[in-house]
Amino acid sequence: MKKKNVFLQNKTFVIFSVLAALIILTAIFAPLVTGGADPVKGVLADALLPPSKEHIFGTDKMGRDIFTRVIYGARVSLSSTFAVVALILIVGTITGITAGYFGGWVDAVIMRIADMMLAFPGLVLALAVAGIMGASIKNAIIAIVAVSWTKYARLARSLVLKIRNCDYVSAAVVTGSKTSHILFRYMLPNALPTLLVTAATDIGSMMLELAAMSFLGFGALPPAPEWGYMLNEGRACMQTAPWMMIFPGLAIFVVVVVFNMLGDSIRDILDPRDE
Amino acid sequence: MNKKQILKRLLQIVIVLIGISFITFALTFMSPGDPVRNMYTATGVMPTEEMIEETREELGLNDPFFVQYTRWLTNCVKGDFGKSYSLNKPVTELLLSRLWPTLKLTLMSMFLMLLISVPLGLISAIYKDKWMDYVIRALTFLGCSIPNFWMGLLLMLAFCVYIHAFPVISSSGDFKSLFLPALTLAIAMSAKYTRQVRTAVLDELSQDYVIGAEARGIKKSRIIWCNVFPNSLLPLTTMFGLSIGSLLGGTSVVEVIFSYPGLGNLAVSAITSSDYNLIQGYVLWMALIYMVINLLVDVSYRYIDPRMRLKE
Repeated sequence: MKKKNVFLQNKTFVIFSVLAALIILTAIFAPLVTGGADPVKGVLADALLPPSKEHIFGTDKMGRDIFTRVIYGARVSLSSTFAVVALILIVGTITGITAGYFGGWVDAVIMRIADMMLAFPGLVLALAVAGIMGASIKNAIIAIVAVSWTKYARLARSLVLKIRNCDYVSAAVVTGSKTSHILFRYMLPNALPTLLVTAATDIGSMMLELAAMSFLGFGALPPAPEWGYMLNEGRACMQTAPWMMIFPGLAIFVVVVVFNMLGDSIRDILDPRDE
Repeated sequence: MNKKQILKRLLQIVIVLIGISFITFALTFMSPGDPVRNMYTATGVMPTEEMIEETREELGLNDPFFVQYTRWLTNCVKGDFGKSYSLNKPVTELLLSRLWPTLKLTLMSMFLMLLISVPLGLISAIYKDKWMDYVIRALTFLGCSIPNFWMGLLLMLAFCVYIHAFPVISSSGDFKSLFLPALTLAIAMSAKYTRQVRTAVLDELSQDYVIGAEARGIKKSRIIWCNVFPNSLLPLTTMFGLSIGSLLGGTSVVEVIFSYPGLGNLAVSAITSSDYNLIQGYVLWMALIYMVINLLVDVSYRYIDPRMRLKE
């Protein structure tokens, strides 16, 4: 019965996790939601139609249904955002735990690199990296990961340093436990919860960064449906077809709100500071 | 901060700059784009293979990596960042000509941000857990989740297309063309900043001296204006400094939307035309400016907060 109480106490968490699940399901079952319409091919005769019964979000200048593109766009946005967050988490955790546990020159090198990244407006470097490597979703993901992992590395390092000198860790070392065993059984489980919570709260901002990259033309390539790039296309037709930029933007906004609320509520549940 | 610390920080800045120069140079070296080909296509010439090879030799692009890197770095130290391939002008000159517009945009949006967030943060803290606080907190939450480029486009749609109050293309640099881009940036930042102001003021309000002053019958408004507000300014200075830095780098999206002739716009076009010299120059300059601003903010504590001087 205890489990039920937790859910009843955290209404925001329940509401927003259901909404997030709905968004993810919509993305997965995009063909069903859109009734089989093609997000890439359009009918040129139907170009730039305002929202109507047939096309509830209107059509773009290629005659493609914007509703279909927005729904399919969720696939690209969600999958790339989750990829970014997962990669940052993995890279940051590994480097942070390594730096914290081994110390010495390993720590010095990793942390100086992290300092370098922090001493710097992230998007500038991400843009440069993505631009230099060429525009694609993959490169945008790499660029954002390259400039964002340091936050997690610092966090993981500080968490490891906290328990590094605990008696039970020393005992494990003295009794001859393998280093890998100590790292996976003691260091990782201690650091992971905090890191996961941080990752959950970062989903929204990572999605915004990816969309910004695509908007500038350094992310998804046309004709793939992606919200940031759709906004870019919509900008050109703003005077004649404002619906082209309103709906993709609304989609980003709604999804980011849901994931931000979800992240915040997870943090509120797990963070004892507020109690 | 005393002199020794400042020197240490300056040394750190130099090291970071060298590291960043190495990373950007290595990246451009490995990148698939060909600047020579881009240079020719920009001028509308269809180059032959020999022409390309000749230009590569002339620009020293065929030398080994470390030769190119050290040559470029020594030139940079002398202040010469090379020539932009796509615009055929010295990089330093290009960057300097765009620095002022971006600085103007930054200052304007900082001003608007303070105008929005300080009163909202104060109200929200003073009326904690009243309806006003809830409304303001909800607004800041939405403000954090709205993509700033969408916000910019919506503002543009409302004020340029429907009302015709502002120009769609903000290239002239007068007040009217500055206002909307600055407002877009200010809204995004205000969302974060209002929360910070609220927290800072709430922290001050919970201090013992506030209760003491209240007990002595001093008016609440007097306590807030004469004690709480000035005291809560200190933590805000840090964030203020940091946001100037991140603004300088983060304006590119908004500059592109409004076709504003600033550094960010220049950087984006440099990246799309693989103009390596320009990208490298831009990244290094931004890093330098950002770090110098952060240093100045830290130094300024000494003057703002007397306690810092006593500590030394």
